[in-house]
Amino acid sequence: MLDKLFTYLQHPIVVKALIVGVLISLCSSLFGVTLVLKRYSFIGDGLSHVAFGAIAIATVFNLTNNMLLVLPVTVICAVLLLKTGQNTKIKGDAAIAMISVGALALGYLIMNVFSTSANISGDVCSTLFGSTSILTLSTTEVVLCIVLSVVVIAIFILFYNKIFAVTFDENFSKASGVRANAYNFLIAVVIAVIIVLAMNLVGSLLISALIIFPALSAMRLFNSFRSVTVFSAVFAVICSLLGLIISILAGTPVGSTIVAADVVAFLICCIIGIAVKNRASSH
Amino acid sequence: MSYITVKNLEVGYERKTITEPINFKVDKQDYLCIVGENGTGKSTLMKTLLGLIRPISGEITFGDGLKANEIGYLPQQTVVQRDFPASVKEIVLSGCQGRAGFRPFYNKEEKMLAKENMERMGIGQLADHCYRELSGGQQQRVLLARALCATRKVLLLDEPVSGLDPKVTAEMYDLIKNLNSEGITVIMISHDIAAAVKYATHILHIGNNIFYGSRDEYLESDEGKFFLSNREEGKKNAG
Ligand SMILES: Nc1ncnc2c1ncn2[C@@H]1O[C@H](COP(=O)(O)OP(=O)(O)OP(=O)(O)O)[C@@H](O)[C@H]1O
Ligand SMILES: [Mg+2]
Repeated sequence: MLDKLFTYLQHPIVVKALIVGVLISLCSSLFGVTLVLKRYSFIGDGLSHVAFGAIAIATVFNLTNNMLLVLPVTVICAVLLLKTGQNTKIKGDAAIAMISVGALALGYLIMNVFSTSANISGDVCSTLFGSTSILTLSTTEVVLCIVLSVVVIAIFILFYNKIFAVTFDENFSKASGVRANAYNFLIAVVIAVIIVLAMNLVGSLLISALIIFPALSAMRLFNSFRSVTVFSAVFAVICSLLGLIISILAGTPVGSTIVAADVVAFLICCIIGIAVKNRASSH
Repeated sequence: MSYITVKNLEVGYERKTITEPINFKVDKQDYLCIVGENGTGKSTLMKTLLGLIRPISGEITFGDGLKANEIGYLPQQTVVQRDFPASVKEIVLSGCQGRAGFRPFYNKEEKMLAKENMERMGIGQLADHCYRELSGGQQQRVLLARALCATRKVLLLDEPVSGLDPKVTAEMYDLIKNLNSEGITVIMISHDIAAAVKYATHILHIGNNIFYGSRDEYLESDEGKFFLSNREEGKKNAG
């Protein structure tokens, strides 16, 4: 078993997949805490469907580099969604559901009508669930991913205190002179970038898992924003490593295996959380 | 010049005004109580003063060295989610965010300030506790400590005692009064007119008629007399 793992680890392809997988999970988990707390858990779903729609359009127009279309469209939608925030008629969750379903339907429609590929449902399936494309990454893609991840992590660390202030109480922050709107915009852009990145790994349907599970698990166990953030980062890295290794060894689909690892780890955290509470109350 | 001067200010949402034009001014060390029935626009006025909502007409000017972001705010309802993981220390520190500007991390001074204000509010020993597990009164103190980190000059408090029991309410009023005598200007929304009359130097009544004046003028006014007569009747009924 370990021998097999070591032989696999000799392959640059596997190493690339591990690097990219860990980085993307880490980035999603960092911003996941904020998103879950802002009640935007499903933004990952919504935006990834938008990205899916954009990919469909890019495919139809035969764009060689579809990122040029996908990234801007997703960023714009992210900004619009996070803007709906507190004072609008359509609330966050409804707006996300609307955009998500709309973009998914449109994307599939376009693919169906215009696609030249013989295997439409195969294409759709791999976009939604993540193909094995993480195992076919080119070196440029890996470098791009590393660079963007480093930028995302740096932004998170530099703006950590501001993100906390804006997430905890937007009105108070605004009143005390914090540029809350600017930081919300920044959060939206970063999230869009993470999601477009993550689509390669787990596909659009499972991105929410990368965002939600680490945050929710950490919130079972910890009480301060800092400890929740740190733990969810650790959680995300461990789960994606485990998931990737299992999927390579067992030949299971990458995305679903990582999410399965997340689910199991989440359940473990729940049990520990309950146990700790019971002990505390019995004393 | 006054700290805050409000001239013919009309507030409201989506271009619809909900109040008559309001005029008042707040000087250094004033204790202004804003009173009035539910839904008359007190919170809206406060949000407008803070720049969270645009005024519909009229003007607000800040003077005497007060900048618009040197105001500490205690919201009526903090829409903090029940499951938000945050320690008391983290929340109080976040009050320093305005003065930190673009600097990413808090410096020693700001950490000291947060610590001082926690001591001042008597929640020093709760620093590492989780906010969501505190009682209502303790939570109010945390938010007040946070507001104090944001200002040395003016506090805007939107119903700071709602939901607190009589004992804690009295403690809260004392805390606020002490802050006021230490030189902090207080603007407070309250439904507790008895306390308003007891502590405030000035009173702004918002309703069908707008009244603004000193405490004594208020007691002489129609609104004030109405309240006082109600209270006498209430006492009679209770007795
Ligand atoms: N976001 C909003 N959009 C539109 N109208 C609003 C909004 N918030 C409040 N209002 C309306 O503005 C009016 C004044 O509300 P406000 O919250 O200022 O009242 P208040 O005097 O603070 O009342 P209370 O004593 O109950 O706190 C109310 O009639 C309310 O329905
Ligand atoms: Mg109010």
